[in-house]
Amino acid sequence: MRPVTATVARPDMTTLRMYAAVAAAEFRRYATYRQAMVAAMFTNSVFGFLRCFVLLAVAGGAAGGAAAGYPRDRLATYVWIGQGLLGTVNIWSPPELAERIRTGDVVADLLRPVNPVMAYLAADLGRFGYAAVTRLVIPIAVGAVAFDLYAPAHPVTYPLFVGSVLCATVVCFACRYLVNATAYWLLDSRGPQIGWVAVSSALSGMAFPLAFLPAPLTTALYLATPLPYLIQVPADVLVERHPPATMAAMVAGQVAWAAVMLAAARLVQRRAERRVVIQGG
Amino acid sequence: MADGTLAIYRRLVAAQVRSQAQYRASFLVELCGTVLFASVDVLAVLVVFRVARSVGGFEFRAVFLMAALSTCAFALADLTVGSIERIRAYVRTGLLDAVLVRPLGALPQLLAADVAPKRVGRVLFGIGLVGVAAHTARLDLTPARWLLLLVTPVAGAVLFGAIFVASATVAFWWIDSGEFAAALTYGGRDLTSYPMTVYGGLFRRVFAYGLGFAFVGYYPALALLGRRDPLGLPAVTGWLGPVVALGAAGVAASAWKVAIRHYRSTGS
Repeated sequence: MRPVTATVARPDMTTLRMYAAVAAAEFRRYATYRQAMVAAMFTNSVFGFLRCFVLLAVAGGAAGGAAAGYPRDRLATYVWIGQGLLGTVNIWSPPELAERIRTGDVVADLLRPVNPVMAYLAADLGRFGYAAVTRLVIPIAVGAVAFDLYAPAHPVTYPLFVGSVLCATVVCFACRYLVNATAYWLLDSRGPQIGWVAVSSALSGMAFPLAFLPAPLTTALYLATPLPYLIQVPADVLVERHPPATMAAMVAGQVAWAAVMLAAARLVQRRAERRVVIQGG
Repeated sequence: MADGTLAIYRRLVAAQVRSQAQYRASFLVELCGTVLFASVDVLAVLVVFRVARSVGGFEFRAVFLMAALSTCAFALADLTVGSIERIRAYVRTGLLDAVLVRPLGALPQLLAADVAPKRVGRVLFGIGLVGVAAHTARLDLTPARWLLLLVTPVAGAVLFGAIFVASATVAFWWIDSGEFAAALTYGGRDLTSYPMTVYGGLFRRVFAYGLGFAFVGYYPALALLGRRDPLGLPAVTGWLGPVVALGAAGVAASAWKVAIRHYRSTGS
């Protein structure tokens, strides 16, 4: 018997409409859990206050009152955007796909006449749509009430920020997809999941700006890993750490990483479909 | 507690340990994972001091001692009581019914049945860290300070345990409370890694004194280092950790009793 593989249709209008429907359904799904959203906002805000106070104290204890080139208002803004981005790019999403692979439910995804990577991406963008108007905006508003935040000086920063957050979401989605896809081979993907959470928490710019690390290490992270493009780059865009041209180049870097990681996810998915026996058959 | 009851709890814990040990590779990976997460938290403290010479008026060795005490206390609490955060699922699915019909206390049952032996990794890391921090801080260890150094992580663990239980009870009223409890438990762990002088205004009042987090690392570290509190409390405050912890445990126990009485099953 031939193995089950996803037949990939050309992206015609029907396919696009299908992706849009998936995204809309996912938007509605997340909009239903309003209580969970309120709880998440509370948690993000507590961590926002905490990190903001700590980093402002770091700026206070650093030479010149600026921590690694971030003056106080930009540092505070950096922290609160980071809290907003956390739930928007969804770094710590539960390992739904890995669970479906382990139980064998993933077969249902593979039987559909669409590329599973793109279908999951459409769903994640639907989730992103709801998160962008709630989980991204609310922490920034809370931060703005409690601290002096930095307002961008260049008008071009705003569209650049929107593009940057969108790219960060796609990069993050592809990274998580790859981590989950290890379950095709390992079944128990806890090891890769733990590694992902640890590395992405420490080195994405969420815990502290990457400029706090030794310069060679930071450069290596930017060149060799997608991690800074999850939190650090979008946050830097909004606090205008560099002139607009440099920031635009960094967003271009994000686009490149999004393309590379998505291609990797699709490749891994294809290999998995060819080689792996699905559970529960 | 009768001997028979204790034996049952011992069996519950042993069963859990045995079942986890069946998947040896997964267990080892998770064991290393807990150490990795704990080191990431400590790494943040180290990184911060690359940029600043002092944080909140304290130099590295003092903050490192606070962070070590906090890490160790949190790890102990996480090992013994941390699994209570799963209460959300018990309440939502009605699984708590099964726990309540057994002739044992609900809280100890849940803790024994869900114990996560992998968290031993974090505890060992925490103990080692306290040793390293005490050494780097060049503490002048009188017998009294030795006692304080040993008692502080335990008292901190009791306080964190109380916060774990009290914040978990929220799930009885607010089923979809999601990450709410994490703000106080994991938030508390991050908060106690830095001196309380860092935090401002109402936030400090609520978290440092209202919830008692100042007594996990900050005040004991001041007493161990023989420093005055810049926030103006007397030197004896450093020794009050156990008292605060016991008070918090009492509050958490009452909250748990009220919550269990409030429980209405999901029905059929």
